[in-house]
Amino acid sequence: MMYGYEWDTSSTLAFATSILPILGIGLLVTLQAAAVGYAIALVFGLVLALLRRSRIRAISWTVACFTEFVRDTPLLVQLFFLYYVLPDFGIVLPAFMTGALALGLQYSAYTSEVYRGGIDAIQRGQWEAATALNLSRFQTYRDIVIPQMIPRIVPSLGNYLVSMLKETPVLSVVTVLDMLGLANMIGERTFDYLVPLSMVGLIFLPMTLICSALIHLVERALPKSGIPLR
Amino acid sequence: MTWMQYLAPLLKGAQITVIISLASIVLGTILAFAAGIARTSSNPIVSGIAFVYIVLFRGTPLLVQLFWFYYALPLIGISFNPITTGIMTLSLLTGAFGAEVVRGALLAVPVSQYEAARALNFSKTYTLWHIFMPQAVVEMMPAFGNLAVQNLKDTALVSLISIADLTFQAQSLRNITLDSATVYTLTLVGYFIIALGLMLIVRLIEMKLRRGAAFSRSAHS
Repeated sequence: MMYGYEWDTSSTLAFATSILPILGIGLLVTLQAAAVGYAIALVFGLVLALLRRSRIRAISWTVACFTEFVRDTPLLVQLFFLYYVLPDFGIVLPAFMTGALALGLQYSAYTSEVYRGGIDAIQRGQWEAATALNLSRFQTYRDIVIPQMIPRIVPSLGNYLVSMLKETPVLSVVTVLDMLGLANMIGERTFDYLVPLSMVGLIFLPMTLICSALIHLVERALPKSGIPLR
Repeated sequence: MTWMQYLAPLLKGAQITVIISLASIVLGTILAFAAGIARTSSNPIVSGIAFVYIVLFRGTPLLVQLFWFYYALPLIGISFNPITTGIMTLSLLTGAFGAEVVRGALLAVPVSQYEAARALNFSKTYTLWHIFMPQAVVEMMPAFGNLAVQNLKDTALVSLISIADLTFQAQSLRNITLDSATVYTLTLVGYFIIALGLMLIVRLIEMKLRRGAAFSRSAHS
C-alpha cells in the first residue's frame, strides 16, 4: 500500500490498473520537476547567451568554457555534485529543488546555444540599421532581435523540453519520489518490477509523442517573419 | 587522503566508462545504419519494424529502459550481466537516435541521383552503398559527434546497475572520504576530458571522409 492505494497482484492487468493512481502522483512530481527545471533553463540560458556576447573578453570566455563544460559532463554527476556539495557551503535544498536545479543548469547550457544561434542569425545590416536609427541596445533587442528570434528558436527549445522530460527519472536517484522512484518502490515491495517499470515506460511514450506533436503544431503556427513584442 | 590518491580509483572507473562508451557507440552506429536504412525501405514491414524500434527507444527515458532490462526482464527469464545490459541498452538508445540521423542524411541526397543510377541500371544495393552513402556519411558526422558525447554522458547511468564506472567509483570514494567537492570536481573533469577525446576522434574521421576518401573509392571501383 502506498499513498492509501492498495495494490492488487491477482493478475497482471489488475496489478497494472491498481498502481496507476500511485504512478499518477509520481507523474505530477515528474511534470513539476520538468516545469521548474525548464523555467530555470530558459532564463539562465538567456543570461548565459547574453554574457557570452559581452565585449569584455574575460566574461565571454569564462561563460563559453562554463557552457562547454556543463554540456559535456553527465547530468547524474552534476546532480550528485549539487546534492552533496551545496550543503557543505551551507545551502541546504530539498532533493526536489536540487534535482530541478541540476536539470535547469544542464539544459541552460543547451538553451544558451539556441539563443546564441538565434541572435547570430540576425543579419549584420539590421544591427547597423538599428544603430543608424539611434535605437538603444535594449530597444534593438526588444523590437528587432527578439521578435525575429522567437520563430527560429521555438523548435529547438521545444525539443529540449521533451529531452528534459525524459531525463527527469534521474532525480529518483537522489530520493525524489517521481514516477520511476515510486515504480522502484512498488517493485521492491511486490518483487514484481516488470509491471511497474513497463507502466512508467508506457506512460512516458505517449507523453513525449504528444509533446513533440504539439511543438510541431506551434512551430507551424508561428509566423516566420517574427512576433512583435509590443 | 589527498586528491592525488583519488586518481587511482577514478582512473580505474574511467577505463570502464571509456570501454562501455566506445562499445555502445560502435554497436549503436551499426544499429543506426540498419534501422535508418530500413526506415527508407519500400517494404512496409521492414520500415514498420524500424519505426516501432525508433519510437520506442526515443520516446522513453534511458533510466527506465536500463532498469527495465536489468530488473524487469529477468522476471520473464531473460537476464544478462550488468555490463552486457549496460552496453546493450546504450547501443539500442544511440541506435534509435542515430537512425533518424542516417535517414535524414539519406533523404537529403538529391532524388535526381537516384534517377541517374536507375538510368545507368545500377542495382539498388549498389546505388545505396556507392552513390548515396558516400555523400550521406559526411553529412552525418556532426550529428554523430553530438550523439557520441551524449552517449558518453549517458554511460554515467550504468553506475546505477552496479557497474564500477567513473560515476560509481566517485560515489564509493565520496562515501569513504566525505570529500564531495574534490571527488565530484575530479569526476566532472574526467568526463570532460573523455568527451574532448571523443570529439577529436569524430573530427578526425570527418576530416578523413571530407578529403574525399569515401568518394574516390566508390567512383573508381
